Amino acid sequence: MIVRELDLDLDAFEGPFDLLLTLVLKDELDLREVDVAGIVLAFLERLAEREELDLEACGEFLVLIAALLELKARGLFPEEAAELAELEPEAAAEELARRLAEYRRMKEAAAWLRERLQSEGERFFRLGPALSYGVWNDVTPLAPQDPERLAQVIRLLAVEPPEVSLAHMALRFPPVGQFLERFRAVLRRRTRFDFDGEVGGLARIEQAVAFLALLELRRSGEITIDQAAPFAPIRVARAGEEIMNRDERTVAWNLRSA
Amino acid sequence: MEPPLRLIAGNPLDQLARTLEALLVVASAPLPVEELAGAADDDPERVEAALGLVGERYREGRSGVVREHVAGGWAFRASREAADACAHLFERPAQRNLSAAAMETLAIVAYLGPCSRPDIARIRGVAADSAVAGLVERGLIAEAGRDDGAGAIRYRTTPLFERVFGLESLSQLPRLDDLGAGTDEIRERLDAVAEKRTA
Repeated sequence: MIVRELDLDLDAFEGPFDLLLTLVLKDELDLREVDVAGIVLAFLERLAEREELDLEACGEFLVLIAALLELKARGLFPEEAAELAELEPEAAAEELARRLAEYRRMKEAAAWLRERLQSEGERFFRLGPALSYGVWNDVTPLAPQDPERLAQVIRLLAVEPPEVSLAHMALRFPPVGQFLERFRAVLRRRTRFDFDGEVGGLARIEQAVAFLALLELRRSGEITIDQAAPFAPIRVARAGEEIMNRDERTVAWNLRSA
Repeated sequence: MEPPLRLIAGNPLDQLARTLEALLVVASAPLPVEELAGAADDDPERVEAALGLVGERYREGRSGVVREHVAGGWAFRASREAADACAHLFERPAQRNLSAAAMETLAIVAYLGPCSRPDIARIRGVAADSAVAGLVERGLIAEAGRDDGAGAIRYRTTPLFERVFGLESLSQLPRLDDLGAGTDEIRERLDAVAEKRTA
């Protein structure tokens, strides 16, 4: 008798035992769905058909079925495995007996239900969605209303809403020339100035235009621009005037970088 | 010889009984007395008395429609005599074709519900996912909140379960203590097997 060729006909699987093992090991069949008792019964039936006891087959089957049971137990009760392992043999036997008794009662209850279903098999009745009249009963009715007043309310809703003004969103760009003249006037009075100090009180858009003016002056060679570090103050000087000597600037850079 | 129909005009409950008949005909689920009384706008005690009249008229052997108390309410069903004819008209209801696994799962939910799939798996020793899904699809069990600990969905039986099995309520199920062998008996049998093995 070859255990691996044992034919199985279970709820979750139908075929030879070795195919079941292969599918389980490849995780293509959920062992939790497999009725292991069914496998044992199939084996015992096959064994009973033979007149002599095949010890080799029994041994092989016991090893395989024990491994399957262990795998299944771990799958079903991952948290309880450790808990049960700690039980004393006496307590474990008690727990096993309790669980078997519980299952036995449920099997008996299932048998009672099946009998009941058979005895009540001739019951035919109407099935349909739940009634809705109870819902209507719960709705509070409206007080009597004046149709004219209702019409007024609807008219209010029908009026076009006032148009939202977007005037405040319009961007006004001051002319670049305005800042060109302004910076030239400053440089006539002083040889150098701090850009942030000059535009500090202006709006963001005006500061942007002022910076464009600064770039324009730099392009035309009227000024030199220097900045010790990113986001450091921008120093502006008339062309030909050094803002600071190179050593000074290096020190300043290093200090800011540190 | 059955006496003739006795919904005699003049009985003060006749009108109410006829109203109840109408309500039971249009209802698709059993109606408790309170709901019948609310719909008929009458006193619950008078409704119960009128239900008695309806039951006299609609009972097995006298009518093709039978009034019954099931799933916590009153309803009409076809008489057993007419079952064959009904079976020709309708297919066998899906609720009747239940596997052994589904029946065991149903028993566990009926007795221990609300309970979760892990609870069922712990008792049956196999995963209950497919059995539970099948019972939910058949409308015999339904979700009933979540487990406080792990948050697993819990299930309970539905009124349809009671109706299919002809139960007035779950209290009609046999007591669990009367079913199966007790823990002590099983323990004795386990001990006997252990002794036999060591002998």
